[in-house]
Amino acid sequence: MIPRYLLIGVAALLVLVVAMGIYARHMRRQAGELESLAANALPVAPPASGPTETVTLYVADDAAGMLRARSAQIPLPGGRQQRAEELLRTLLRIYQQPGAAHPLAPAADIRSIYLVDPGAAVIDLNAAFADQHRSGILSEQLTVNSLVETLAANVPGIQRVNILVEGKTRDTLAGHADLTESFDVVTVVQAGNQ
Amino acid sequence: MPSTTTNKLLAILLASVTLLSAAPSADEKHISVYSPVAIYTLPVLDRGGHEYVGLLELLEPLGRVSTATDGRRWKLRYNAVDAEFVAGKTRARIRGHNFDFMAPFLIENSRGLVPLSSLSAFLPRFLGAPVNFRESARRLFVGDVGIQIGFQLDASNPPRLALNFSAPVNPTISTEPGKLRMVFKRDPVVSPGSQSISFDNKVITHASYSENNGDAELEVAANEPLMASFSNNRRTIVVSAVPPVATPSVAGQNPAQATPAANVASGNNNVHRVLAVVDPAHGGEERGAALTDKLAEKDVTLGFARLLRHELETRGFAVALLRDGDTSSTLDQRAAAANVARAGIYISLHAVSQGSGACVYTALLPVEGTSKGAFHAWNAAQSPALPVSRIVSAAIVAEMQKREFPVQASSASLRPLNNVFMPAVAVELAPGADGIADLTSANYQQRAASAIADAVVSVRDRLGVQP
Repeated sequence: MIPRYLLIGVAALLVLVVAMGIYARHMRRQAGELESLAANALPVAPPASGPTETVTLYVADDAAGMLRARSAQIPLPGGRQQRAEELLRTLLRIYQQPGAAHPLAPAADIRSIYLVDPGAAVIDLNAAFADQHRSGILSEQLTVNSLVETLAANVPGIQRVNILVEGKTRDTLAGHADLTESFDVVTVVQAGNQ
Repeated sequence: MPSTTTNKLLAILLASVTLLSAAPSADEKHISVYSPVAIYTLPVLDRGGHEYVGLLELLEPLGRVSTATDGRRWKLRYNAVDAEFVAGKTRARIRGHNFDFMAPFLIENSRGLVPLSSLSAFLPRFLGAPVNFRESARRLFVGDVGIQIGFQLDASNPPRLALNFSAPVNPTISTEPGKLRMVFKRDPVVSPGSQSISFDNKVITHASYSENNGDAELEVAANEPLMASFSNNRRTIVVSAVPPVATPSVAGQNPAQATPAANVASGNNNVHRVLAVVDPAHGGEERGAALTDKLAEKDVTLGFARLLRHELETRGFAVALLRDGDTSSTLDQRAAAANVARAGIYISLHAVSQGSGACVYTALLPVEGTSKGAFHAWNAAQSPALPVSRIVSAAIVAEMQKREFPVQASSASLRPLNNVFMPAVAVELAPGADGIADLTSANYQQRAASAIADAVVSVRDRLGVQP
């Protein structure tokens, strides 16, 4: 005859084991969802603070095969580097709107911009920017020109621009536009005016 | 810096090796196709004791083709003709009627292969034009494209044999003691009627004609060394005995190098012709833009390049394609090949699924590297030729506008445009009114190729001449 207290103890332990199992499974599922959310999350830029300024954005239009100058009022931070980053992120948001004339991937982002004296700027794009960019000479070159001209028009002193992807030199943006060399701002602007 | 120089020399060497390796070897079986819209060569495959050729590759330069694979079934649409094939079966359905091949239809890597032995009966059902297939020589004539040869011997001293062709030709010419051999790889030259023609002459004795592996060959036999020269806009080749040459007085000079025959033997038959290098962008593993789920940019650029080659050749240019198959080369190799060949003009071809018409690009040069005297930085080698490149671009735009072909000009940071020292443009072909199907349409590509060729002719005087 098994004592009654032993039966109750074993039953309680079984209930505890089952409850722990259910809890562990719930925790694992929750951790998986968090990881998935983190992987899919679009980069969110911190809200810019500072006085609102009028800037000129050079926005690509695929159908016309050219850039169109567009004025915008945006809050810009004080530092040159932060100002340049905010400027290009504003440009990027235009391209990520539904029905944009030059669509870019929703996950495309500017990782950072480095301003190197004298007169050099380095734009570091994220991988999604290049990997999900449409392939074609016109489309790729419009993107490059748009970034270079917008930067040069609003951040004084920039004479040449390099474009990196995930911090590294990449041969082309999406198979055509050469990213291994510096872009001369004057040459790019003159080409845009042709 | 020494490592940079070494890298460039290596690139040039690699380019040369790549170009040599890209050319079909003498042992490789191939079929030559001659048609009014395109002249091209395709590899022939041996399967189960029969010779096969890829059907899509065969029809693609001739019209609009689309294919779909459904298990063992392979469907093809050429212009408005539908056909269905089953892998391993000899029976196919074309225009709703049965057709029996001499050997089973095959599918390899989604490519449909048809036996050569059935082409004569099979192709007219698609093309709606007479087809003359010389199976033993693997030469396929679509429509009336054959070039006739006429012989005219002038028995004066030294004797001269004039070979008159009904259209311009561009054979490879070589000599050996007592023989001068002309190999027609891209000219639809046909037999003069007799395989051998004898001449009543002590010096030039006879000529013989033969066909093999997609090529035609004409051999002139003589008792003295022979030389050849072109005239009448390449419609006439005059074969004559090499005149006696005084022994060079310069010490150490190889007398053989001083004879005209040496030039002929080197195959230099393009004297004073502008060499155009046409570069079908991408290739091999590098597919370029995905124009549709199945259509890659590299395939469109190759077909377009073959048409442009034909258009330029008929206008008197010597043309070199940087690839004539699905091969890959680096951008440095492509630039080095064009530079080593000392081309008069470099034309890069691209295709895109968005936009309409064509866009013509000249180089958007980067911040120039250091130049040392006559030497330009590799990344800005295009700099001295850029003004002429822009003239070429403007000429192409003008020709296309004349044909009401939508076009615009622009600049692009596109390699290897920056790395070639001769006038250079890139042309990106976009769909026309019929949408994406235009990109594979021979008519659409033909319009663009013809406009480019006419434009290049109009600026010929500004282009370098092949030395």
